[in-house]
Amino acid sequence: MNSAILVNLARFILLLAAQVLIFNNMNFLGYINPYPYLLFIILYPVNGNKYGLLLSSFLLGIILDMFCNSGGVHAASCLALAYYRPYIFKFSFGLSYEYQTVRLNDILTPERFSFILFSVVLHHFSLFLLEVFRLNFLWEIILKTILSTVFTIIICIIIIYIIKPSKR
Amino acid sequence: MQQIFNFIFKNSYRLLFLLLLGTSLILTIQSHSYHRSKIISSANFLTGGVYERINSISEYLNLKTQNEELALENARLKSIIFNSKDTTSLPKIDTIRGVSKANIIVSKVIHNSYSSYENYLTINSGEAAGVKSDMGVINSAGIIGIVDKTSKNYATVISILNVKSQINAKIKKSNHFGSLVWNGKSTGFVQLIDVPRLASVRKGDTIVTGGQSVIFPENIGIGTINNIFIDNKTNYYTLNIKLFNDMTSLGHVYIIKSKDSEEIKNLEKKENE
Repeated sequence: MNSAILVNLARFILLLAAQVLIFNNMNFLGYINPYPYLLFIILYPVNGNKYGLLLSSFLLGIILDMFCNSGGVHAASCLALAYYRPYIFKFSFGLSYEYQTVRLNDILTPERFSFILFSVVLHHFSLFLLEVFRLNFLWEIILKTILSTVFTIIICIIIIYIIKPSKR
Repeated sequence: MQQIFNFIFKNSYRLLFLLLLGTSLILTIQSHSYHRSKIISSANFLTGGVYERINSISEYLNLKTQNEELALENARLKSIIFNSKDTTSLPKIDTIRGVSKANIIVSKVIHNSYSSYENYLTINSGEAAGVKSDMGVINSAGIIGIVDKTSKNYATVISILNVKSQINAKIKKSNHFGSLVWNGKSTGFVQLIDVPRLASVRKGDTIVTGGQSVIFPENIGIGTINNIFIDNKTNYYTLNIKLFNDMTSLGHVYIIKSKDSEEIKNLEKKENE
């Protein structure tokens, strides 16, 4: 139990640092940034404390908002992802996901991919919608969501492969 | 009473979610209004400190370009001095009353964003150096933005690449005024709107800051006209302006501390009463 908290804490700090130091400065094609920090929410233990998830994802978002000068957009979209995570689990892995031990950081199966895809799309769409906050930029929001989603998923999968526990 | 407690216990997860979501949405909405909340900005101790550290490392990578820019600016200033009629009668700096109408604070951009629609910069001087909200920020090439929030050692700047920013500007040749805005599309171009049809505009004309603004002194460079449109609704010109500045790479900046701005603002306030 203690080691799980430590692992999550380490993930929280490392992903936040990586996001601020590296990924926020990518600006691919001028405006596309990946947001792999949401791996923290994706990789949070399935049977872990849900209050802890909600509070920690709020904290994660609000700290990132301070760095990005963006008010509360990251916090709001992180919360949305944390809250709807069980539903996405149910959708991707079937109803009995809680009884199986779902391991996300493992070989990529269609279920795992669909889970990551839906999580990232949900997070990014709410993020860009709140960040732009003007409906006359709707096409730009959708375009940005699609491009950033592709970028984020690629980087998420790379990170999952890198930090995958070696012995299984 | 019992039922209320039961309700809270039963729905505590959902209530916590709604409470946090409400907080973040309020912060979001505040961030989109002009007067933003002070708490969630990168001008605080933690984020400013982190950005300063990062910048002190990345600074080394572009020392060379920074040096070149400084040398160019030096050369330009020297040429102004040498071309003045009498080099001995240069205006002396009065150390008690300051240089002139505007004082200048030198600062450095430690964080720059240009990928969103509302972009902010973070600079490494704050209230301790005399930086206050609504001061103008420029560099050797042209204008950069307006100071937004300040803390003791850091400040955030509303970049001209922010759809909320609106700055008074004019065509240098003909003195016709307009508002400088950004449409959120390209980092190299901003738009000058509401230019009257009477104005003679030509591609390549220089756009400078206008005299109506109390934030910027007159005649600070902005860019050159790149495209000319006529707004169908209002029948005014909309000019696409190519910026002198490369907003994606900024180093040292100057903050303009206009001495008259307080006085003008007070006067205007009195007028409105």
